[in-house]
Amino acid sequence: MDLTPERYQKMVKRANPSSPLGTHCLWAFGVGGAICTLGEGLRQLYLSLGWDQDAAGSLTSITLIGLSGLFTSLGLYQKLAVRAGAGTLVPITGFANAVISPAIEFKVEGMITGVGAKMFVIAGPVIVYGLTASWVWGLIYWATAQMGWGG
Amino acid sequence: MNRKETLVLGQGAVIRAWASVGGKKEGEGPLSGEFDLVNGENSLGQDSWEQSECQLQQQCAELCLRKGEITPKEVDLTLGGDLQAQCTATAYAMRSLGTPYAGLYGACSTMAQGLALGACLSSSCLLPQVLVMTSSHFCTAEREFRTPLEYGGQRTPTAQWTATAAGACLLSPKGEGPRITALTFGRVVDLQITDINNMGAAMAPAAAQTILRHLKGRGTRPGDYDAIVTGDLGQVGSRLLHEILEGEGLPLPNHRDCGLMLYDLQTQQVGAGGSGAGCSASVLCAHFLPRLAAGEYRRVLFLSTGALMSQTTFLQGESIPGLAHAIELEGCI
Repeated sequence: MDLTPERYQKMVKRANPSSPLGTHCLWAFGVGGAICTLGEGLRQLYLSLGWDQDAAGSLTSITLIGLSGLFTSLGLYQKLAVRAGAGTLVPITGFANAVISPAIEFKVEGMITGVGAKMFVIAGPVIVYGLTASWVWGLIYWATAQMGWGG
Repeated sequence: MNRKETLVLGQGAVIRAWASVGGKKEGEGPLSGEFDLVNGENSLGQDSWEQSECQLQQQCAELCLRKGEITPKEVDLTLGGDLQAQCTATAYAMRSLGTPYAGLYGACSTMAQGLALGACLSSSCLLPQVLVMTSSHFCTAEREFRTPLEYGGQRTPTAQWTATAAGACLLSPKGEGPRITALTFGRVVDLQITDINNMGAAMAPAAAQTILRHLKGRGTRPGDYDAIVTGDLGQVGSRLLHEILEGEGLPLPNHRDCGLMLYDLQTQQVGAGGSGAGCSASVLCAHFLPRLAAGEYRRVLFLSTGALMSQTTFLQGESIPGLAHAIELEGCI
């Protein structure tokens, strides 16, 4: 059998089925859009109940995280995500799912070494690099402000 | 110069009893009626998925021994393994079985590995009664190799579905049943596939090489077998296997892949097909052995295919070594 890795890589590329990109995009757009519409609906509800802009925004996030937790625990969020892809991943509900799912999964290994240690196994990198990016941006903002360019 | 790569066992080792156990999804698939036992839910009433897989092996081993009308005390050796780190599903199942035990790790190639080693020991009467068993469980494999079960991720179309299933065979030097008459241990083949979601592609070259070596060693052609069976190449790996062998001038019209037989790919959402150590083991015991025993098949070449990476080597960017062992089975005429 005379097969080089280079030739085999080409064969694999041909043999791999392609993702149905159009369908995936439609699902992501529809479900992602629906989650955001729900968020906006909640925000309007909180505003109509007399909360100010900041409080209504925070309450909306808290409600969406709560709903994500509920649907993740019931095993329903994952079922929707199989079809929705980025539509369920990108909104705040996706972040909540990424924290709650390992917490459920590793409960059996104890509250400290299981839930505590593994809870951020997926979301951890997002937090680390999110904070790093905000720190870098803060530095740029400060520097430009010092030079009189910034607001 | 001419090293003996294929071992011919003469009368061979008799598979005098076998058993297969499946999980929920396997029970909803095309082979549902052929399993000895199907579990309605994958926890099997246990507190952790690791315990569930251990229970799966216990069920399978007990069924196999009952069918072979033999007690654990009469078993000379159990060869077994699974996909959990340190092969704990098998080791923990052995606590209650109590036979002498040697654990094996060959990832999804473990069933053929165990049967090949067991056939050598049993047919030579060194250890006459050998029990061979393997399992895999979707939930333990997801935990170990991928993401938590409730995590909302989308699978790539090349990804395969780890079977929640187990298979067990009882080997003896004499008796009634299909026989293992020849075997070829595989070599590790690595053609630089690094995608953990495309294990069919990582294993196909190893399967092709073992098939070529076995046919050469036996002086046979694919047409001499009623079926050439691979463990879990799935859709992508099977396609690649055919392409590689056609390139060698050896088309495989009678090829079957256990990963493609275990599920209905159109309706069961299993990606490119089934995988896992329990996939080839359970399909062998549920589908092929009964047909070999009934005389429906006379001669079958059976390979289990394994991808030998770990989560650590994968994260370090290493490529995936593939391995495939072959055993030749002859039916009851």
